[in-house]
Amino acid sequence: MKKFFAFVAAAALVMTAGCAFGANAFKLGGTGPLTGGAAIYGNAAKNGAQIAVDEINASDSKVKFELLYEDDTHDAEKAVNAYNALKDWGMQISMGSVTSKPCEATAAENFSDRIFALTPSASAVAVTAGKDNVFQMCFVDPNQGSASAQYISDKALGKKIAIIWKNDDVYSTGIHETFISKAKELGLEVVSDMTFADGNDTDFSVQLTDAKDKGAELVFLPMYYQPASLILAQAAAVDYAPKWFGVDGMDGILTMEGFDKSLAEGVILLTPFNADAKDIRTINFVREYKKRFGEVPNQFAADSYDCVYAYKQALENSQATADMDAETLCAKMIEQFTSMTFNGLTGSNMTWSKGGEVTKDPKGMIIKNGAYVGLD
Amino acid sequence: MTLLNFFISGISLGSIYAIIALGYTMVYGIAKMLNFAHGDVIMVGAYVCFYAVSRFQLPVLAGVALAMFVCTLLGIIVEKLAYKPLRQAPSLAVLITAIGVSYFLQNTALLMWSSNPKVFPSVVGRGAVKLFEGQLSISHVTIITIVTCVVIMLCLTWFTGNTRMGKAMRACSEDKGAAQLMGINVNATISMTFAIGSGLAAVAGVLLCSAYPMLMPTTGSLPGIKAFTAAVFGGIGSIPGALLGGLLLGVIEIFAKAYISSQLSDAVVFAVLIVVLLVKPAGLLGVQMTEKV
Repeated sequence: MKKFFAFVAAAALVMTAGCAFGANAFKLGGTGPLTGGAAIYGNAAKNGAQIAVDEINASDSKVKFELLYEDDTHDAEKAVNAYNALKDWGMQISMGSVTSKPCEATAAENFSDRIFALTPSASAVAVTAGKDNVFQMCFVDPNQGSASAQYISDKALGKKIAIIWKNDDVYSTGIHETFISKAKELGLEVVSDMTFADGNDTDFSVQLTDAKDKGAELVFLPMYYQPASLILAQAAAVDYAPKWFGVDGMDGILTMEGFDKSLAEGVILLTPFNADAKDIRTINFVREYKKRFGEVPNQFAADSYDCVYAYKQALENSQATADMDAETLCAKMIEQFTSMTFNGLTGSNMTWSKGGEVTKDPKGMIIKNGAYVGLD
Repeated sequence: MTLLNFFISGISLGSIYAIIALGYTMVYGIAKMLNFAHGDVIMVGAYVCFYAVSRFQLPVLAGVALAMFVCTLLGIIVEKLAYKPLRQAPSLAVLITAIGVSYFLQNTALLMWSSNPKVFPSVVGRGAVKLFEGQLSISHVTIITIVTCVVIMLCLTWFTGNTRMGKAMRACSEDKGAAQLMGINVNATISMTFAIGSGLAAVAGVLLCSAYPMLMPTTGSLPGIKAFTAAVFGGIGSIPGALLGGLLLGVIEIFAKAYISSQLSDAVVFAVLIVVLLVKPAGLLGVQMTEKV
């Protein structure tokens, strides 16, 4: 009985949503973890996209959207089911999936069904590899390495650099490789290059001593925040205080239960979105997000907000109409995304390669008094 | 001086392995079974202490005592439900059951406490003793861990050597059937062994997380495997061997990382283990059992 009511409710919802804009609205669908351990990412993406859709629909724009998010609980199989539900609903363009593993699965479906996808945040290389109609709004993992080296060199944060990375993790090794090659190109000196793996990720005294003895001014930590928190604690114990530089995996260190936030003081990390930025669009977005959801939006929300606006721009440029089928739209979108330049919250002058990878400038953030503050 | 610093890091890592290895070796020495769930009992102990100290604001010693109590109880229950019915079964079946218990504990912890990592409160303080004008620093956790290790080792040696229960344990270890004929309650003795082993696991959990303050449902499993290696290295079943094996393993690991390669450190550790076992198959302090045929 419960199921029946849920069905009626869902049907009613879809019908009212469908009536709102008639044939003028593009049906935009996405999957993401709305429940479970990764729910923080899925809900952020959904909320960010919803704000963009509401803004556009309230404006005098010709392009209107209908947005539907389905729950995939960060599971590849459920993501495909969610994707099929969206297809039955009549999805014309897709936001892919929020997290990498599920997005790998749905991207393959997008490719075979010829439904264009622009994922806000699935950053793995495998998401876009070999698919001409799947694009990313976030950095692809390895690009973070070269972007970090570029940033360190541009801002003259240090000449002598130590890296501690995790050699059994594809995310960490990918960033490490591109960082090393870019650093060499830019004349940064990597004085210490040390690694760890799952079995010995507790004691970092050797890596830290090596970095300290070789006079590293900056230590680059391409890893998730769990081992990073141990490294920071152990460095503090031996009074070693270089500049610390992290990547987006570092995002989350401040929300760890029981973490002494003073340890992360001064940690710099590269993320595409800075909620403290002073441009009018970011200010409006952050205010609206806080008003509706009671928290400061993270990069997932901003990425997905940008996805909707990028779609709006591409659809307007190609003079697409909402009565076109998914395959026609797909061809138009591929043409637009590989040629257009887009300005969003997460970067200016964004362009996309034929492979679907985005090029944009990352923004530096520093942790001050237990909170993120923009560097630029 | 750097060498000495690395040596101290090695000792501090090794003392953690040693204290976990004591639990492994104790259970193996008496019940003749490898309790692969030992690492996960450690994790449970650490979680209990974490909640007691940081959520319910109990004093540290009360937290440790509570953790020991819960783990002892857990050890007895696991033994009753999972291992006791298999007393007559081949040792392979018991081994697989132990791995099953390990997964069960990990996943239950995942459900109860979620996968979000927690930072363990500093129960013994984060300070350090500085020597030679600060060039050499030994953290308080390291000192406490080593002292605890030695105390536990001495207590266990005395206990198994001098008390009635200890003598019963040694008897069971030598020959269960004969021990039973002599009027020893074999089942109760083995349950007691598990109770002691699990109580030790709680202490190990608190010390592990004090030294490396990161608590997740998988926290105990990898150090557990390393500690098992340490126990084999020192001679499994031998209580002083566990201490020696743990310390050596820690020092070798840190030196390998520092002077050979940080990528190959684990490979070096296990290569040393293989060499030792080739030369001395019973481990460093293990006694070679000769079986009469």
